[in-house]
Amino acid sequence: MTATYTADEMMTVAAARMLRNGAVCFVGIGLPSTAANLARLTHAPEAVLVYESGPIGAKPSVLPLSIGDGNLAETADTVVSTPEIFRYWLQGGRIDVGFLGAAQLDRFANINTTVLGEYDTPKVRLPGAGGAPEISSSAKEVLIVVKHSKRTFVEKLDFITSVGFLGGGCEREGMGIGGNGPVAVITDLCILRPDQVTRELKVASIHPGVGREEIAEKTGWRIEFGGQCAETEPPTSTELVALRELKARTAAPHGVQGEAA
Amino acid sequence: MAEWMSLAEAIGAHVRDGDTVAMEGFTHLIPFAAGHEIIRQKRRNLSLIRMTPDLIYDQLIGVGCAAKLTFSWGGNPGVGSLHRFRDAVENGWPQSLEIEERSHSDLANAYVAGAANLPFAVFRGYTGSDFARVNERIRSVTCPFTGEVLAATPSVRPDVTVIHAQKADWKGNVLLWGILGVQKEAVLAAKRAVVTVEERVRTLDAAPNACILPNWVVSAVCEVPRGATPSYAHGYYERDNVFYRTWDGISRDRERFNAWIERQILETDNFAEYLKLRSSPDAEAVRE
Repeated sequence: MTATYTADEMMTVAAARMLRNGAVCFVGIGLPSTAANLARLTHAPEAVLVYESGPIGAKPSVLPLSIGDGNLAETADTVVSTPEIFRYWLQGGRIDVGFLGAAQLDRFANINTTVLGEYDTPKVRLPGAGGAPEISSSAKEVLIVVKHSKRTFVEKLDFITSVGFLGGGCEREGMGIGGNGPVAVITDLCILRPDQVTRELKVASIHPGVGREEIAEKTGWRIEFGGQCAETEPPTSTELVALRELKARTAAPHGVQGEAA
Repeated sequence: MAEWMSLAEAIGAHVRDGDTVAMEGFTHLIPFAAGHEIIRQKRRNLSLIRMTPDLIYDQLIGVGCAAKLTFSWGGNPGVGSLHRFRDAVENGWPQSLEIEERSHSDLANAYVAGAANLPFAVFRGYTGSDFARVNERIRSVTCPFTGEVLAATPSVRPDVTVIHAQKADWKGNVLLWGILGVQKEAVLAAKRAVVTVEERVRTLDAAPNACILPNWVVSAVCEVPRGATPSYAHGYYERDNVFYRTWDGISRDRERFNAWIERQILETDNFAEYLKLRSSPDAEAVRE
């Protein structure tokens, strides 16, 4: 039987698969948290989820609405203070994977979550950095999960909040920024990976049923498709059941259908 | 030395117009009751500091208590925007708001530096980002041993820090647990500290390494049950996630926000009355 699934489910499942079992993962709220917990509930039971509010090794059965929900603390191996999480655990080099979202993203996977328009007279004031700038520069590698649209995938960011590969090539390393930077961007249409030399994001895998035209149409720069560009494995029934059960458990305490943010 | 007093007395004595005020609590133990009391007492021209402004500062900003905000993530967690914060930044309503924007790691380090009586924080961060372009207080320092260039930012030194905790004993020693955020550092970095607690107990009965603030680093302690609502107090009550969603609608519209503040905060005498009003069917008409 071929299971039917939504584009959002495909995105979450594809993002979850990126997290290897046993990895220590610094988790952003919203889509990254959904994907990281799905990974933990399926192929990566030994993944260690770290939240910036202080829980290390959180194993929530319900997705948190906020970054500091009580169930993160209750299910964690330990809960440390916020200064400690950033100083000893993130800056200390103990995070394998940073899992982030984005409001705007450019071709070199730099992220804007600060403002749309001019900083002093913004068209839209976004929430700001949170922990993302230091996650993007301290984690050994970064995964970004974000919905694909022309508003998000832009030619030029209005503000660089968190660094990807800056202007591409070796610029990131040249500035002495730690970690390997973004290794994949997972969207509801495809998976993008940085070119090994130019560091420009290229489509590495297209989700089933999605056309190249649609990806090009929804990307604010001339997107390139990698030579090895494949089709993403559709979600398995195990993955779908785990994701749907997780969301169903989450809906009631949040007072709504579906996931957080 | 901590003095037990009512919340109205504590805010009256320790939070003054023009003060630099840090009200901390990382999603957990947010001192909402104290925030409401600042609104009731009509404090003005405050310089507010908080890593995550949350609904507590959305309320203070929307009412016009704040002249400046130092922050690192200004959203409604899991819901979306803080509309009063955005209205102040985007449209100058009800008054213009100066902002000093930093990252979580920066502010956490800056609280530590403040608690340690140091003038600045040093950490790895901001390289390649646009922050220094818009905040001239984000600078760098070169390590005298390795030559590495590191971020340097001013420490946080509030006139007064306000936090909520689970328990205090009759002498005013304070115990908190669960997600601790930067509360301990914020109290130690400040000239004065006001602490609201869920309950006053005879003894704390805490383990040796528990997070305890001795009474001599606290100025005032107030017993305010459910004083973190709609945030939560680990071991007492859960986060009111539904209210966080409801706030999105209340705060989107200036008039609706004003009506909410008027009815829920200004027309109630204290937090207990606010909680009573919120639990009555009468409140729903205003709330929804």
